[in-house]
Amino acid sequence: MLKIENLNIKKDNRMILREVNFEVNAREIYGILGPNGAGKSSLAYAIMGCNDYQPCEGKIVFEGKEINNLSIWERAKLGITLAWQHEAHFEGITVEDYLLIGMKKMNRTEAGEALQNVLLDPKAYLKRKVDTTLSGGERKRIELAAIFTMRPRLAILDEPDSGIDILALDSVVGFVRNLRQRGTTVILITHRADVAKIAERAALIGEGYLVKEGSSQEVVEYFESRCLVCPQFR
Amino acid sequence: MEDYQMMLKAYQEAGGTPDIFKDSKIAHLVVNQNKVLGSRSINGLILTAKEKEGGIDVDLRVKEGTRIAHPVHLCFGILPKEGRQEIKLNAVMEKGADISILAHCVFPNPIKVQHIMDATYILEDRAVLKYKEVHYHGLTGGIEVIPQSKIKVGKDARIMTDFLLVKGRVGRLDIDYQAEVDENGVIEMVTKVYGHGDDEIRVKESGQLFGRGARGLIKSRIAVRERAESEVISELRASAPNARGHVDCIEIVQGEARAKAVPLVHVLHEDAQITHEAAIGRVNQKEVETLMARGLKEEEAVDVIIGGMLK
Repeated sequence: MLKIENLNIKKDNRMILREVNFEVNAREIYGILGPNGAGKSSLAYAIMGCNDYQPCEGKIVFEGKEINNLSIWERAKLGITLAWQHEAHFEGITVEDYLLIGMKKMNRTEAGEALQNVLLDPKAYLKRKVDTTLSGGERKRIELAAIFTMRPRLAILDEPDSGIDILALDSVVGFVRNLRQRGTTVILITHRADVAKIAERAALIGEGYLVKEGSSQEVVEYFESRCLVCPQFR
Repeated sequence: MEDYQMMLKAYQEAGGTPDIFKDSKIAHLVVNQNKVLGSRSINGLILTAKEKEGGIDVDLRVKEGTRIAHPVHLCFGILPKEGRQEIKLNAVMEKGADISILAHCVFPNPIKVQHIMDATYILEDRAVLKYKEVHYHGLTGGIEVIPQSKIKVGKDARIMTDFLLVKGRVGRLDIDYQAEVDENGVIEMVTKVYGHGDDEIRVKESGQLFGRGARGLIKSRIAVRERAESEVISELRASAPNARGHVDCIEIVQGEARAKAVPLVHVLHEDAQITHEAAIGRVNQKEVETLMARGLKEEEAVDVIIGGMLK
């Protein structure tokens, strides 16, 4: 479904991704692991087509079509979306309206169901604003709910577990599985080994390079034994 | 069509609900240029309007301890393409009074129109006033609007003002609100304006927090596009123990528009504090990209963000 070929990204005169190659199959959960600053989020922004993350070399191919020159919204129209690690806030926009934005057919009932899917009570949240009055964890869940309502073909989830308390981690795992069950392919970016294990396959990014690719079990073990013990990656 | 019916039609087009003027429980005042077209006082609230050349004088008084259940509706406007309207409003909220006012200022077809509001609000101790003013100036831009208010907030009294001009053209707008806040009094002033074409927007709001524990918030949300220009001056002065204030200004600029923000913060007591934040410039790129990743084009995303901010 998604093929990354020799991807190189330069930002502020510094190479942040180098010669990255991997493929993601349809309806797969594909994990991206790596320490802070490794280039995981940059990879997500590049796939989404964000400004400042255009490849200086290499190709991003989605369902057989190179998408390097497509804008963010054109990629979204193809079915690609991204849940940012640090979500934006929107003054004056209700959660309900925010959830409706990405739907192909606006359906208020489905907006409520999406909130339930991330363990938020629709009665308590639909009329709230997507602004700074939400806690980090609430905002994160609403972002995931927005992904759910979009029914994307490919969802890139950038650290969906960050800002979520340990007790709610199971709900994030459940959310990712639900998403896949609805037909969405998931790229799951995390540095939590316990979350990464729900992926079938994974890649480890370090200092902009794809260091290892394999089953999530193999990559997690590699990450835990080599990266997490290395002081420079902590 | 009679002036009254035309005024109600314009009021409705600007977002108002004309049926409220038939309700005997709701105090109201409807004015076209210098003609009073309708007026009603209710128990505990005296509303009088006197016509004069080029405008009207309005007195509004809410009796001590009276809580007015329904918002008072004021509708000011100029129906012809040219005209001048000067409104002198004296409003007194006696001790413990509690009232909401919803003012619609409607100028549907202005070519050469001037509207001046010269208002004084006195809130005696423990009084509460929520004042919302919604403007609609049509699409021609030939209008000058000058709202000026002097506000005195007594002990434990609260006033919340909300000025909205977000549909149609602005023309030239020059707001000047000045407030003085006594012990444990509260003032919150919110202004939201969307300028297009060659609109000129000037907003000056100031609060003197001179009473112990006085609180003040000045919040401005301005968007300008094309060749519109805006200048926002937000001033808070805290001179008493535990006085607290916050100035919060966002101005979004598109096209050839220009924006300027001047936060003025004075703290004259060691136990007082005022904070301020301002963001001037283009729409936050991350907000835009987030909405684009939901399938909106860039210009659609910008419209959604500005629409939310000005809501």
